[in-house]
Amino acid sequence: MTMTPIADAPVDVDAEGFLTDPEQWNERIAQSIAAGNGVPELTDRHWLVVTFMRERYLATGTAPSIRSLGKESGVPIKELYQLFPKGPAKLAAKIGGIPKPKGCI
Amino acid sequence: MSRKQIVILGAGTGGTMTANRLRRRFDPDEAEIHVIDRDDRHVYQPGLLFVPFGLAQVEEIVRPRRRQLRNGVVFHQNEVEEVWIERDEMLLDDGTVLPYDVLVVATGVRLQPEETEGMTGAGWNERVFTFYDPEGAEALRGALERFDGGRLVVNLVDMPIKCPVAPLEFAFLADWHLRERGVRHRTELVYATPLDGAFTKPIASEHLAGLLTEKEIELVTEFNAGEVDGIGGTLTSYDGRELDFDLLVTIPLHGGAPYVERSPGLGDALGFVPTDKRTLQTPAKPNVFALGDATDLPTSKAGSVTHFEAEVLTENIARYLADRELDADYDGHANCFIETGFHKALLIDFNYETEPLPGHFPTVFGLPLLRESRLNHLGKLAFQWVYWHALLPGREIPGIGPAMPTAGKKRTPVHT
Repeated sequence: MTMTPIADAPVDVDAEGFLTDPEQWNERIAQSIAAGNGVPELTDRHWLVVTFMRERYLATGTAPSIRSLGKESGVPIKELYQLFPKGPAKLAAKIGGIPKPKGCI
Repeated sequence: MSRKQIVILGAGTGGTMTANRLRRRFDPDEAEIHVIDRDDRHVYQPGLLFVPFGLAQVEEIVRPRRRQLRNGVVFHQNEVEEVWIERDEMLLDDGTVLPYDVLVVATGVRLQPEETEGMTGAGWNERVFTFYDPEGAEALRGALERFDGGRLVVNLVDMPIKCPVAPLEFAFLADWHLRERGVRHRTELVYATPLDGAFTKPIASEHLAGLLTEKEIELVTEFNAGEVDGIGGTLTSYDGRELDFDLLVTIPLHGGAPYVERSPGLGDALGFVPTDKRTLQTPAKPNVFALGDATDLPTSKAGSVTHFEAEVLTENIARYLADRELDADYDGHANCFIETGFHKALLIDFNYETEPLPGHFPTVFGLPLLRESRLNHLGKLAFQWVYWHALLPGREIPGIGPAMPTAGKKRTPVHT
């Protein structure tokens, strides 16, 4: 784990750049992480997903899987992939400042 | 105490074991035990893997459910329409309203191939198969017999799935089977997974990826299957990657039993039942417990897990009924044989905190862990007898308890 400045704020991140303390997060950090990961602009649809991920994590301690996101966030899986290319659940978690979702076992 | 009514939903591994253990634990005048299942076919699920290769027959791995239950357990062959947890009762498909003092959810998962676009369309059970149920496994056997080379793609659509190692085992056994038949040299074998490696846990993932390479099976990672074209023979991921196939062996999406979704407050969006990972009580209500594949626990959906959970669950139900604090503790212990073909198998043993490590199980003189050996293969075969005759009846199996053993492991597990 290292300390690194994102959007001028010092935050703790893991080796892959996921924040390890969700409390250190803010919207500017989110925008900065998004820009660095192939999402130049966060639209309302992006924010819907990021907020859903973050709230779910803070309430339950686990981030939802892509399937739950598709069923519960109001954004279908296909669109999730358009919004967050490659891995929507992982990328939305990263932008939302929560730890990397643990794969199911 | 007055006579209690315990109702167990599901007569598979978890429900049967729990019913038999509870029946031994309580006198008939202390508790009535009811078990409900929609059919009377108990499938020894580890056996399904062998059916497509003609190494097991469906009739050898299916037995009547009611015959696995001890005398004094009441079996109902019914569908559950809905559970009303607020009122401690449920509605069955014949209109019966059954009340309970304690409810155990053990209805496992259902396969949902229809949730993936195109999967159950044209080509289903012709070019697109699953071996996760007896009918699919049997149909796949025919297709493999006729397979004369081409591209065979094994794909798990998304986690969670039952027995996360089974798709890998299928790929290993397919490699062996096709070599024996002399068609391997004209077969491309592809293993496509949504995970970022061969398996979920790092050290085992590395070992298993090594085996894939050794067997010349191509590993495609982070592949989230979104659409199947069973006529054209194309599997497309959500991010637009395409895999062509002549034969697709899919592990479809899994969800909970349908009544879970119909029952207010019982399950999550996928129909799994939120469950306390240590006590197996549900947050829905203190008199509702769950075990096995039906739960949302962060451990494998596997018979070994269910077995270890059943011991903890029985104790906690007894404590609950006696108004005592639940303190029996499940540690996430799982252990699985992984068939690798050529009469060999690997063994892995792990829990919530400790990933599968090399060494021996259960002690330094036991079976080799994370290493191919004939002994492990024999262990896997012998297990079917143990399942019907010791595990389901709820007898203790020497040396194999709910807590994960650490004595034979090569690195001292760190508990966090």
